[in-house]
Amino acid sequence: MEAFRTLDSVAVPLPRPNIDTDQIIPARYLSRPREIDHAAFLFHDARRLPDGEQNPEFALNREAWRPARIVVAGKNFACGSSREAAVWALFDAGFRCAIAPSFGDIFRNNGMKNGLLPVVLPAATVESILAQLEANPGARIQVDLPAQTVTAPDGSVHAFEVDPFAKHCLLEGLDDFGLTQTYEEEIAAFERRFGRENSR
Amino acid sequence: MSETMFEKIWQKHRVLERDDGQTLLYVDTHLLHDGGATAFDVIRKRGLKPRAPQRIFATPDHYVSTSSRKLEEIEDPRHRDMVQKLDANTREFGIKQFGLGNPGQGIVHVMGPEQGLSQPGILLVCGDSHTSTHGAVGALAFGIGSTEVAHVLATQTLWQRKPKTMRIAVDGALGAQVTGKDVILAIIAKIGAAGGTGHVLEYTGSGIRGLSMEGRLTLCNMSIEGGGRAGMVAPDDTTFQYIAGRPYAPKGAEWDAALDRWRALPSAPDAVFDAEVTLDGTAIQPMVTWGNSPEDALPIDGRIPDPAGAVDTERREQMQRMLAYMGLTPGTPLNEIAIDRVFIGSCTNSRIEDMRAAAHVAKGRKVSAGVRAWVVAGSEGVKRQAEAEGLHEIFRAAGFEWREPGCSMCLGTNGDIAQPGERVASTSNRNFMGRQGPGARTHLVSPAMAAAAAITGKFTDVRRLLAGEA
Repeated sequence: MEAFRTLDSVAVPLPRPNIDTDQIIPARYLSRPREIDHAAFLFHDARRLPDGEQNPEFALNREAWRPARIVVAGKNFACGSSREAAVWALFDAGFRCAIAPSFGDIFRNNGMKNGLLPVVLPAATVESILAQLEANPGARIQVDLPAQTVTAPDGSVHAFEVDPFAKHCLLEGLDDFGLTQTYEEEIAAFERRFGRENSR
Repeated sequence: MSETMFEKIWQKHRVLERDDGQTLLYVDTHLLHDGGATAFDVIRKRGLKPRAPQRIFATPDHYVSTSSRKLEEIEDPRHRDMVQKLDANTREFGIKQFGLGNPGQGIVHVMGPEQGLSQPGILLVCGDSHTSTHGAVGALAFGIGSTEVAHVLATQTLWQRKPKTMRIAVDGALGAQVTGKDVILAIIAKIGAAGGTGHVLEYTGSGIRGLSMEGRLTLCNMSIEGGGRAGMVAPDDTTFQYIAGRPYAPKGAEWDAALDRWRALPSAPDAVFDAEVTLDGTAIQPMVTWGNSPEDALPIDGRIPDPAGAVDTERREQMQRMLAYMGLTPGTPLNEIAIDRVFIGSCTNSRIEDMRAAAHVAKGRKVSAGVRAWVVAGSEGVKRQAEAEGLHEIFRAAGFEWREPGCSMCLGTNGDIAQPGERVASTSNRNFMGRQGPGARTHLVSPAMAAAAAITGKFTDVRRLLAGEA
């Protein structure tokens, strides 16, 4: 997994609640293996007009926001399915951080296991950051994982909570397979105890 | 002694807990479907193999054709490849697969309970968000992403942080034609699509106790649409009767021992939940969604809401976007909205009782001219049972198409989609923009309500249709 420490990037505002994983990547692109670049599938339908042309109004299509590596969204971002391809599409398009008042639980887990940091900030803070981004297209945000802070375009600094375990894994670029292997004895002991009553 | 059912199951599966609160949980049962090829790629690359293949059960559902059972007749080579990969991966590692044509094949969340794999007190995971379904038997069941699937394959364990708990009490008997689907839509309308985020939901109360096992499966299935990590119902005699005799259910002395364990599972009367929600079951009506989130649900006698009355700007703009996408005008009565297609199926509503409920409405009636109506049974088992009861003949005589089991139009991964602008009365779980195909307009309803819409060509109170008033 790619490590995440700090990020200073243009942030794109998506000021809508309940942006679901079907919008982030439509289901018809889910049969592609991970090796395929998923960037072209990101918001594939949402960023287009009914005739199939790119919608120039959609934030990700606007020149000022093309370099964005941070997405700031309304509540319940990436709710819906467990499709990890929602993370892959964002990641392959350059995104490394998503900021919202809340996330779909599964997306949040998937993000942390793929080097995409989900940051939860209070709704009022996100609302203020969204307004700043919309007023100044191309404005930047700084994310500091060791310090657990987000610096908004107006210079205000906001602390965020992160699971210490996920933080450690993100900072070091570790996934949990290796860690779990260090607990092999505990797992084997559990299996012996548990298996007597719960065999298959 | 004041533990919740969730806490009891969590403790039982805890291998260890780190100082930072991360807990390693042991997984009883891991279900796989044909969307999981990536997870096998991940473990193969690491030189790993499934740790406990006897705890893994697979079936193809997302990419199978609903017009044929033959692999070679899956038209899209990518889709065919997904079904083939599941077959190859399960063979390579000695994992039980209910493959295409096998009497056990079906939507993974229909297959699990049908086979008796979903049991009270177990921890069950699957790489699909609707894994919450299995909580209906009193299990802890939730969806995971493909990296987590790979981790469970290799270690049979999963790192988790303990979620919070929410009790949702529905008291009072449900009215006629008010189903598990209507209950869960009413719950989500009340708590919102993010209302249960970070929580495991336990459904209680007389309105829930009165639901059949299949109604509870529908209820728990959509827990994720209310943001819930999982949903569960305490096991009772309804549960035990449902499980008894199924292929993987405990037998003989093991059954008696299992019953003793299962009876100890329900939350203690004094158990404390992090959040409490109550609904009046007697007030719940047959529901229809109008927007692009399952929270946008109203009773069938309602009208399309006016964005002018929204609580804030964000909600107003969201409503305007949804109404534009859905092609709806504020103030329109729901029962005047005409439909183009009907989809009765999905892991939410494709079990035998769903088939019976829809057939009861279809019997002796005709699908409205211009409406294309599909019935997609959730499994081979459901399909065969329905055919033994003659339900397929009722559907066909009424003008419904009777198709082969799979996920089908719920999300269209197999190519079963609606056309842009088509309005669908669907028994599935998500009315998201583009969910059933680009530009498709999805309204979520119960099977009986979907059948009623097929007959009249518009959303209709099924109670009035059955009473001869519509």
